[in-house]
Amino acid sequence: MQPQMKFGVLYSRVRVEEKWIFGALEKRGIDYDRLDDRDIHFDLDQPDSWRQYDVVLERSLSYNSGLYALRLLNAFGVPTVNTAAVAEVCGDKLMTSAALARDGVPQPRNAVAFSPEAALEAIEAFGYPVVLKPVVGSWGRLLAKINDRDAAEAVLEHKSTLGSVQHSVFYIQEYIEKPGRDIRAIVIGDRVLTAMYRKSEHWITNTARGGEGELCPITPDIEDLCLRAAKSVGGGVLAVDLVEHPEKGLVVNEINHTMEFHTMQPVSGIDIAGEIVEYAMSVAREYA
Amino acid sequence: MTTVSCPECAAELTLAQGTEVGELIVCSDCGVDLEVTSLQPAAVQLAPREEEDWGE
Repeated sequence: MQPQMKFGVLYSRVRVEEKWIFGALEKRGIDYDRLDDRDIHFDLDQPDSWRQYDVVLERSLSYNSGLYALRLLNAFGVPTVNTAAVAEVCGDKLMTSAALARDGVPQPRNAVAFSPEAALEAIEAFGYPVVLKPVVGSWGRLLAKINDRDAAEAVLEHKSTLGSVQHSVFYIQEYIEKPGRDIRAIVIGDRVLTAMYRKSEHWITNTARGGEGELCPITPDIEDLCLRAAKSVGGGVLAVDLVEHPEKGLVVNEINHTMEFHTMQPVSGIDIAGEIVEYAMSVAREYA
Repeated sequence: MTTVSCPECAAELTLAQGTEVGELIVCSDCGVDLEVTSLQPAAVQLAPREEEDWGE
């Protein structure tokens, strides 16, 4: 008789996505532990308690906590979804852009500088308007559309003075005149499961900032670009965000490694939580 | 039916069937985010503030 698989699910808060994932595990009769990232600790001399898990599914809200947990788990030999390497690249926009640039995957024009003076020079070379983003951040937080030099000088000074050290990594992106929407696609392994338009009159289209979801047909171009993007960052359970650039066509804006899908699951009718669990089971079997 | 008191405004809140520990609910009176910290007995606390590295 085959030994039963044991899952760990690392989380910060039980959102509807976590409820669905727990439900999918229970429906399949999979033994699992709920691991609140505020309650756990890792003793680097005592990895055995973690090695009981055939796979750990990482659903932490915190990029830092989640990433360090993944690094330790992978160091202990525990398979994870996603891997630490994937999380590290996806959670940092600069690392994602570097990977996409390395692999020739279309993305917006980006520049990076480490001082306000150099950033201003890069911004002036782009021309206005331009977008500033924190390299680590989500849900549309702390994005700035810079319309002129006065705004650029002010925002750069505020970031370098008031922000943490990370805010002095100035990630500069061309402003794209989107058609009132962007596209989010769910990629699990080598499949693009579903895609959704996120529509908003505001230039920030995250659903966390009020963007509304509508099903987006998966065209061959969308599928091809999503799979290339996923491969570029290492693959796994990913949400790939695409933008329709007026000149360049479809480009990859960013890739999320601990995706939310409370809109996409009902809009698409696809059991995304179930697909995530099935993928994690395949990872557990592969590394057994 | 399980009820808890909002720590912010003392409103009596009913926890819906299927509520999980770790889940966020919103006080229907004052609108504050609350985290369910236990079910037996039922308890809530003010939800942790969103940190700068939170997200997807």
